[in-house]
Amino acid sequence: MANKKVDELGVSVAREPSLMTGAIPTQDWWDIPAVFKPGNYCYPGKPEMVAYHSKSLPGKFGEPRVWDIESDDWKLPENWKEIIINGFKERLDKFRSLKIFMDCCVRCGACADKCHFFLGTGDPKNMPVLRAELMRSIYRNEFTKAGKILGKLAGAREMTFGVLKEWFMYFYQCTECRRCSVFCPYGIDTAEITMIARELLHLVGVNTNWILEPAANSNRTGNHMGLQPHTLKENAEYLCDDIESITGIRITPSWNRKGAEVLFITPSADLFADPGIYTFMGYLLLFEHIGLDYTLSTYASEGGNFGLFTNNELMKRLNAKMYAEAKRLGVKWILGGECGHMWRVLHQYMDTMNGPADFLQVPKSPITGTVFENAASTKMVHISEFTADLIRHGKLKIDPSRNNHRRVTFHDSCNPSRAMGLLEEPRQILKSVVNNFYEMPENTIREYTFCCGSGTGLNTGEIMDLRMRAGLPRANAVQFVKDKHDVNTLSCVCAIDRATLTNLVDFWVPGTQVCGVSELVGNALIMDGEKERESGLRFEPLEGMEG
Amino acid sequence: MKILYPFVAVLGLIVIATIGSRAGMEPLFGIVFPYLAILIFLGGFINKVVGWAKSPVPFRIPTTCGQANSLPWIEQACFDNPSTSFGVTVRMFLEVFLFRSLFRNTQADVYDGPKLRYGSSKYLWLFGLLFHYSFLVIVLRHIRLFADPIPFFVKILEFFDGFLQIGLPHLYQSDLVIVGAILLLLLRRMLLTNVRYISLPADYFPLFLILAIALSGMTMRYLTRADVVNIKQLAVGLATFKPVIVGDLGAVFYVHLFLVCALLVYFPFSKLMHLGGVFMSPTRNLANNSRMVRHINPWNDPNLKPHSYASYEDEFRTFMVEAGIPVDKELPAETPAAE
Repeated sequence: MANKKVDELGVSVAREPSLMTGAIPTQDWWDIPAVFKPGNYCYPGKPEMVAYHSKSLPGKFGEPRVWDIESDDWKLPENWKEIIINGFKERLDKFRSLKIFMDCCVRCGACADKCHFFLGTGDPKNMPVLRAELMRSIYRNEFTKAGKILGKLAGAREMTFGVLKEWFMYFYQCTECRRCSVFCPYGIDTAEITMIARELLHLVGVNTNWILEPAANSNRTGNHMGLQPHTLKENAEYLCDDIESITGIRITPSWNRKGAEVLFITPSADLFADPGIYTFMGYLLLFEHIGLDYTLSTYASEGGNFGLFTNNELMKRLNAKMYAEAKRLGVKWILGGECGHMWRVLHQYMDTMNGPADFLQVPKSPITGTVFENAASTKMVHISEFTADLIRHGKLKIDPSRNNHRRVTFHDSCNPSRAMGLLEEPRQILKSVVNNFYEMPENTIREYTFCCGSGTGLNTGEIMDLRMRAGLPRANAVQFVKDKHDVNTLSCVCAIDRATLTNLVDFWVPGTQVCGVSELVGNALIMDGEKERESGLRFEPLEGMEG
Repeated sequence: MKILYPFVAVLGLIVIATIGSRAGMEPLFGIVFPYLAILIFLGGFINKVVGWAKSPVPFRIPTTCGQANSLPWIEQACFDNPSTSFGVTVRMFLEVFLFRSLFRNTQADVYDGPKLRYGSSKYLWLFGLLFHYSFLVIVLRHIRLFADPIPFFVKILEFFDGFLQIGLPHLYQSDLVIVGAILLLLLRRMLLTNVRYISLPADYFPLFLILAIALSGMTMRYLTRADVVNIKQLAVGLATFKPVIVGDLGAVFYVHLFLVCALLVYFPFSKLMHLGGVFMSPTRNLANNSRMVRHINPWNDPNLKPHSYASYEDEFRTFMVEAGIPVDKELPAETPAAE
């Protein structure tokens, strides 16, 4: 858990001098060095992880080595500046977004207080505009006439080790949530800038293990957790045992089955980690309830994609398994579980990177006959879209009172809201499966939603204080509905959220449980031949069944 | 420094134009510089936009600010999350002409607790809108100097801009508004701690420059009563490539013109290029239809393949067979021990 006590951190956020509390830094931002100390950085990638990725993507991950982030010798290659500047040039030529975002900012400051990292830390360089200036200043120096002639006056500065340290610090204090991009008059998207900055850092071997290791696992075993096929199946069987004790129904999902109609892919955390496992139980109950002809895959057993947090090549490679597996198994279409960044990749990148999926069919719900036209090309449907359609057509037998022990609010995850627009589907589901649903304040939901504070591979224990600070805006909104409506359940459609929000609310809003929307669905489903339910999917007593 | 340098730079430009025009260099300031400035502006602007256009948009990455096109009974936010080109056009119109995104602005405050609060904050939107529209009106009004006869829409514009009929010549509201808006934008930049901290000299310079342009223009109209007939002769001459300078047009005129030239030259190399960029931002000008229509990335590498299923199965086949998971290749039959 966090090193600081909750009161201590709370006082620090609200009282200690910072740009958020009105204190003006005495030095210009470019004169303030980034200082790494325990607790403010993620551990660097293990040499074997870097070596593993370099095998398949040579030159993209730098030299495998042991290095100390706190020291002033990062054991960088001798020509590291040249590598960065050339990499920068290459990406300017590959991404129009980067060029425009480097050129167009007028520093109006609309983004400044929209970032959860800034709100929680008050650190000026966590204002999206300054985060981008860290890179823009180098851009001006290397690639613009004004910067070359006027230098500092035009806001240009040279690439130095100090700048590299800043990049590593602040591009790993951005969760690519895109909230700033909603408010920017030019749509400047810090997520895009952070992604490219991280790509550049990887080129010179500046990285974090918490991202590289899951990505390596995912490549080899098919999932971030590194679960091998038999373990995956076993885990699912344990969860089916639990389902059986709770409902009396025995479910046996199939794995790697050729000829199934639908391939279902969800983040592996749903098979393994509390409270994701309850969401997984919800999926299985739903599929059993409607008699869906589906299969799970051990090879494509990861919905998430930590490649997104490294570079677009690794993202593409990891993502490519989904179509490869769908093709091998001969399914008609793919159904995707609840996950945030997974859906960023599926919605905005997959078809472009790994399509066309001409071996699949336009997704059609076998139960309702609804054709998912909005997924006509990618051929992948979100579980919330699928479930909302089932509910709309009255295909589910639901007893929402089974969730009466829960007073529920809904956290919009960054990517489904701002990179997709999946806002109503989960809400329609929730309103059908729970009786007590309350929205958080409007500035903190839908497209204005706040990140859990730990996305993009920052969900690691070594930066817990930072995560609690970054998650404060979200936690604060939960506290608001807890005070007002006695909310005790924070639902979401993201696997990282399920893990990180649990840490977050345990810290700031104790007594709140985090769950996936599908867990609430599973809880409410009246299964054929089930026994009387006394407990929910986590063996918690239902209303009227306590004691 | 961040404020002083750009301020001094603008003063310097004023001094240069005053001295230059008084030292018999009227043709330089009245004819050569304007042509040069226009050339640099056009060349620089086009160069920048073409430079942007040369880089592809590899991925379809709109920032979705509302409900997506989804199931038929779910109402889509057609303009904040458009899925058609019509929707995108409206979204871009709202963005360019009404500053839609700035309209969303809020201000966050932290209180003991810790508690965060987000208040509505529309003044940046308002100042920005006032500034840009008054600037536009003033630029359009200037067409009267370059065109003979004066186009009807310019006359209409002038009529409405001066319809309060204060003073003689009538005071244009756009003149007052632009000066007011610039001062408010300047004050905001200097007083808000966040914004002051992020500001660069390059943020103050255009504000001072445009303020000086507005003030020098207003001086000519309301105070020194510049010789409009001769100025128009020069302007029409410039526009028809037969420029002549008749009489003394006055130092203020040359200051005004030189500052405009400076703005034109500065424009393509500065943040002012947001004028072009706002149209080309991929998070705003693309439809959110990436699961419906395949977006093509010209540098997508088709040879980048996943870790293959075959090698995955090779590594885990024994476990898979033992766990009853179907495999493509069966385990090799147990080879009988060598005899």
